[in-house]
Amino acid sequence: MTTKIKLNNLIWLGLPIIVVAPLLLPGYTTLMTYIWVMIVLALTWDMLGGQTGYTSFGNITFFGVGMYVCAVIQRDMFTSGIDRFERVSEIVVSLSASEYFISLGTGALAGGVVAVLLAVILGSGILGMRGHYFAICTLGLGHAAAEIASGIDYIGAGSGMVTPIYPEDVVLGKEIFYFYVFFLLALVTFVVFKKIYKSQFGLALNAIRDNENKAESMGIHTTQYKVAGWSISAFFLAIAGAGVGNVIGFIDPVEIAFAGPTFGVWMIVMAILGGKGTLWGPVVGACVLYLSKEVFWTYLLGWDKVALGLMIVVIVVYFPKGIFGWVEERKQFNKLIMSQKGDGQ
Amino acid sequence: MITYLKILIESPEFLAQLLINGFLIGAIFALIAYGLALIWGVMDIINFAQGELVIFGGYITYTLFYQFGIHPILTIPIVAVVLYAYGWAIYKTIIYRLLGQKDIFITILATFGIAILMQQLMQAIFGPDVVTANPELGMQVLFDGKIIIANIQIISFLISLCVGTILFIVMRYSRFGQAIRATSQNSRAARILGIDIDKVYANTFAINAALCGIGGSLVVMIWTIHPFIGLVYTFRSFMIVILAGLGNFAGIIFAGMGVSALENVVGFIIGAEFQAAFIFCLLVIILIVRSARARKKREYIA
Amino acid sequence: MINKILGTAVKALVLSGLMISPVAMADTHTIPLGAAVSLSGKYSTAGNHTKNGYDLGVKYVNSMGGVSVGGKMYDIEIIYYDDESTPARGASLAERLILRDGVSFMLGPYSSGLTKAIAPVTEKHGVPMVEANGASRSLFNQGYKYMFAVLSTSEQYLQEAVNQIAEHAGKPASEITVALAMENDPFSQDIRAGVMDDVKRHGMKIVIDDKLPRDLSDMTSTLVKVKALKPDLLVVSGHSKGAALVVRQMNDLGVYVKMLALTHCESAKLHDTEKFGNLADYTLCAAQWAPSVTSEGAMFGTAGNYSAIFESEYGYVPPYQAAESTAAVLVMADALTRAGSLDKDAVRDALAATDMSTFYGQIKFSEAGNNIAKPMLLRQLIDGKYYVVAPANVADTALVYPRP
Repeated sequence: MTTKIKLNNLIWLGLPIIVVAPLLLPGYTTLMTYIWVMIVLALTWDMLGGQTGYTSFGNITFFGVGMYVCAVIQRDMFTSGIDRFERVSEIVVSLSASEYFISLGTGALAGGVVAVLLAVILGSGILGMRGHYFAICTLGLGHAAAEIASGIDYIGAGSGMVTPIYPEDVVLGKEIFYFYVFFLLALVTFVVFKKIYKSQFGLALNAIRDNENKAESMGIHTTQYKVAGWSISAFFLAIAGAGVGNVIGFIDPVEIAFAGPTFGVWMIVMAILGGKGTLWGPVVGACVLYLSKEVFWTYLLGWDKVALGLMIVVIVVYFPKGIFGWVEERKQFNKLIMSQKGDGQ
Repeated sequence: MITYLKILIESPEFLAQLLINGFLIGAIFALIAYGLALIWGVMDIINFAQGELVIFGGYITYTLFYQFGIHPILTIPIVAVVLYAYGWAIYKTIIYRLLGQKDIFITILATFGIAILMQQLMQAIFGPDVVTANPELGMQVLFDGKIIIANIQIISFLISLCVGTILFIVMRYSRFGQAIRATSQNSRAARILGIDIDKVYANTFAINAALCGIGGSLVVMIWTIHPFIGLVYTFRSFMIVILAGLGNFAGIIFAGMGVSALENVVGFIIGAEFQAAFIFCLLVIILIVRSARARKKREYIA
Repeated sequence: MINKILGTAVKALVLSGLMISPVAMADTHTIPLGAAVSLSGKYSTAGNHTKNGYDLGVKYVNSMGGVSVGGKMYDIEIIYYDDESTPARGASLAERLILRDGVSFMLGPYSSGLTKAIAPVTEKHGVPMVEANGASRSLFNQGYKYMFAVLSTSEQYLQEAVNQIAEHAGKPASEITVALAMENDPFSQDIRAGVMDDVKRHGMKIVIDDKLPRDLSDMTSTLVKVKALKPDLLVVSGHSKGAALVVRQMNDLGVYVKMLALTHCESAKLHDTEKFGNLADYTLCAAQWAPSVTSEGAMFGTAGNYSAIFESEYGYVPPYQAAESTAAVLVMADALTRAGSLDKDAVRDALAATDMSTFYGQIKFSEAGNNIAKPMLLRQLIDGKYYVVAPANVADTALVYPRP
């Protein structure tokens, strides 16, 4: 009981601090923005990974798809008369404030829709497979997507695209704007997911994780649920991608859009580190991993990746349930001890 | 695209060149895939550091060649031994904790962590440059120079085949191989019968490392390597194992050779940029077809 | 409980640690220059050349008394961060340098991709940046006012090769066939665009136009195409990996072309006969600069002189990446002096008016910020040594054609 109250209080305290954070620490705005991005990435991965038990290595595909769809819409919605096939990477679009925000919003939503469609089509095919096979299949997804994107001239092929310049005559600076955008996205994702996990749908996902055969025999169309879960993840992931493309300013198919070895891997590591299958786990994992990365990088230059690799190995070996999972276990353990004490005394 | 297709049809010697090249090289990938299939089948471990083990083997050959002047082919047994010991060490420190996990996430994370560690260490020790070790063995010239096969590729093929066959024989007919097969079938029963399964696992992982090392030696002789290109080989071995189907060891050699040959031909026709994507899509389609067929029988692929 | 304490401790550590550094930078007799360089990751070799070039430049400028700004003498120093060859990293580092470490002037990273990611940041904060290793032409049509590049832009890299085959082929241009194998990344694709322009201009035919995947490990399918179609000129751009691979595999597959033009021969160490024998002989290599070129300047003297100094300092002949990095430092120092103040906009204007001779070549910036006074060189590797063969007015020897 007491722990729950404390957690709620923390949230109420934390929210206003977060809201004014960019003003308190302006130098770290981008850092904090990325933490929100990571939270979204970890949460969306966990829906299929932790709650349903299906490791996907290819979620980054939706991230990149969202990024590209939004960038194309931003480029094409209000401008005409430019050659969209030659030297696409050199096209720089400059929009008025209203054009920018309208195209951004439309683009992000459109990206989400396209990603959902992709998840449905792909998912229907490959979510019929179980465990290892599905995982390995998704491994190549991001890679294949990057290769295909590198071959299409309309989106800049290997040279990539440039997102529109943030309009000058807006009150909110670019960093601060995207800080709030991503904070809102993370918040919305969290709330939506919380609701889902408490509902029948969430229970069905967990049933699939615990024993898919039994779930099937109880009448749950497991593939449909899996596809639905993946699509929900895809939607939020795509919106995140659309935003990141604008924050970085420049989209590269391999390094930024379908960045498997960076974003793609981190989303998995964060969820597991924090405790997969829980709601707060991915959030905690995202914060811890991202901050650790930054700290290691600042102070252990050159050896930071080694430190990171070591940290991952250590946590995996000693805290296999992740940080939050470990906390949950301790709570259960304490509860057990408390109840026994009560009986004994 | 059509032009290239026409070339293949009109002058089949180029098709032959692509196919032969693919088959010869495919054997190396099949070797690496064999190791992966081994540890997957016996210990249910998915090794994400497979490619890094390959590159490590390549670097050892390169160093022995340039620092000590040992001919690359002769370094192969040395690499096998070194990697065997290395694989054993990794098993004893990390891998043994990953056994018996209900889910594969931990395994993936741990082996991924090992991969990152190895990449950074290799970069620190060997430098980030691209390196290659040219054994200068000449080539076979056929059909008036229309088809040229580098001898190193033929030798690699033979070596891969040899090693594969030796392993097969060991698995089938030796006590050691029996122990491994027994453990993979039912580890508890094997333990009851007196087999030291911890040793079996250690040996299996070490064998995988050795196979990767040998593959790496051959790779550095034919192409170039650098510390960050491991993922390509990891991914490729996964693809081959899945294509052949887990447990189907004989199929691995055909899958390996087939994929490489197909890749060459496809790259020729539609251009190198879509090569990998095409192969991957093919894999997905094959898996979906298999999955649908299994569904009809009310089974699933796992 | 422990979880929360740990969490708070980590956060406190991070915040306190990150706060300390800016304070330490308040030394009034040094001008800090910020640089995000690839010290690890796939560009680390070139990144280290860049860093060495920067360091040598700084050392020399400081040894000559430093920079004189408005009557006061300042030393210059560089604050480095490793961008791990990742564009996103580079961009956040640039922000950190500007906002946290308080630099007002930046030196560029290695590679066009990283420069592309960093430029918007420096532009937004009005921080002048002199870059030496981002050659992509697309960097210069974005209207950046605060970015200046000392190197020749990417599409010029192998244009000279096209001109040379037109000259030497011994047949009309319309009958010359060209094959392209370019890595699918911004840099190589820019080079491809430049080559395509020239090919079209001469009226030659392109028979192969392959985009090589970035994690390239095998060029067989492309090279068999070359064998089948027998082009006169093969152009390959794939950084050092591409250069090393194409030389090895061409030999293994028995592919011969009369003229072979590559980039990054030096980084791939194609001249190392121990590694490549003489497989790479008579290959044409694109180079921004060569120790034998006839440019000279007040600092370092001639190109040859610079090369000797660099070699005695670092133990190897400077590749052009190092040379252009040193040049960037010289340009920055020169601009600071001419500006007479440390105001960012004043320095920016001084940079725009740059017109100096250096060991690296003439440096004069166009409106867009690229150096229009230095040509791109073409070198041929003969018997383990590089000789400048084009453009004609700076050539060491004549080009050997066809490749024997």
